[in-house]
Amino acid sequence: MVLVVILFIGFFWISIHLIDLKLNFQTLIPFRQRFFMGFLMTLMISIGSLGVSLLIGLVAAITQECKVLFIRYISLAYVHIIRGTPLLVQIYFFYYIIGTAWGMDNRYIAGILILSMFEGAYIAEIIRGGIQSIERQKYEIALSLGLSSVQTFRFVTFPLVLSRILPALAGQFSSIIKDSSLLSVIAVIELTQTTQEVSADNFRMFENYIFVGFLYFLLTFSVSILSRYLERRFQYERRA
Amino acid sequence: MNVELKSVSKYFDSQIALNDITFQDEINSVAIIGPSGGGKSTFLRLLGGLIQPSSGEIFLNDLQLQYDRQSLQSYHKKIGFVFQSDGLFEHMTAIENVMLPLVQTFHMPSKQAFSIAISLFDKFGLEDQRNKYPHQMSGGQKQRVAIARAVSIKPTLLLLDEPTSALDPEYTAQVLDMLGELQKEGLKTMIVTHEMGFARHACEKILFLSNHEIVEYGLSEQMFQQPKTLALQSFLDLVLEWKI
Repeated sequence: MVLVVILFIGFFWISIHLIDLKLNFQTLIPFRQRFFMGFLMTLMISIGSLGVSLLIGLVAAITQECKVLFIRYISLAYVHIIRGTPLLVQIYFFYYIIGTAWGMDNRYIAGILILSMFEGAYIAEIIRGGIQSIERQKYEIALSLGLSSVQTFRFVTFPLVLSRILPALAGQFSSIIKDSSLLSVIAVIELTQTTQEVSADNFRMFENYIFVGFLYFLLTFSVSILSRYLERRFQYERRA
Repeated sequence: MNVELKSVSKYFDSQIALNDITFQDEINSVAIIGPSGGGKSTFLRLLGGLIQPSSGEIFLNDLQLQYDRQSLQSYHKKIGFVFQSDGLFEHMTAIENVMLPLVQTFHMPSKQAFSIAISLFDKFGLEDQRNKYPHQMSGGQKQRVAIARAVSIKPTLLLLDEPTSALDPEYTAQVLDMLGELQKEGLKTMIVTHEMGFARHACEKILFLSNHEIVEYGLSEQMFQQPKTLALQSFLDLVLEWKI
């Protein structure tokens, strides 16, 4: 592990020296407050989007199996259109066309909603896959024990689906954090937008972006550690 | 326990599983035997209210089986069902599995459910398995816990769908011993099995299902000694060929 880290750092160090780049990270210090605010904004947008996208994902996953064809087709169309188009296009489309048409002025709320719409389509597929992975016999056991539909969901479906989709959900949360950087195009002052603004002030693009990359990594790496913990906690085969 | 089926048929898509079954008897212990694909499991699952017949009616103690969720729920309060394998919930310990129907279906206080579960674990020699998850137990232990769960609700009829088919001979004996004990205590059972020794000696009657129909039904000993049909004769010749 240590060797791999040394190898990576060494490779970048040599690359930087080869192009004779002199990095001075002290130039970032005067902008620490702005970076901190940007970091906080990214964190807030990501957490907000995680909550909303989980809700959208859950609704879309359930309605994809809905017996009312109209609702099912809306859900299917949503998932396919969102998954089939780039986030950048969606941000422009929803913010400048839909948002303007319907009077959505707050770019932060708009940002969270757009990001949630995007991630929700992926989460819907994760949840749907999780639900489909539950063997039919599990429902038969629940039925044979006289459990109601609600009890079956609470004691069987939910814990089993959760344990099976948790790794994929954590991965999606990492994606939300990284994808939030694209909201800079509608001037949401999150981490990436902050970096662009600071770069315009201090002209130290390399230092700024390397630092901001490190901050993003810090966030996603924390999610990854948390996910591993939760995975172990909910992986029943490993539980002793 | 009076079990009655009136012209019951079951199709899966266009595939026939049971064809126009009519049956009525007072059940004590019945073994359902027959070649694979003959409709044994379908017969049992229909009786267990796990699937709905394509046509016909089923009665237990003269009460017709209805298929709305609420009627099914009250029906399942009276019927125990043991699956072939993987009948426990993998995310619950053995004792949680047993307590689940007691607490959730019968609304029993946890303390009472716990003491019922404990006494069953003690009775069936499962004391050490209480807090284990299914993946930590052997196949035989899992099946015994599943049976303990099924009998914990004091069912009027216990249905078992090939409970030993996925087990080693040693574990099979453990499970069959446990079942024999329960039958002696007066528990009414219907079991789909390939264990001919158990069917013959531990069950009062045999129901032979082949080609989606009941071919023969009668007292165990009689059916083993004097099969009336060629189909049962050939089946017994085949399954007993390599028995000691």
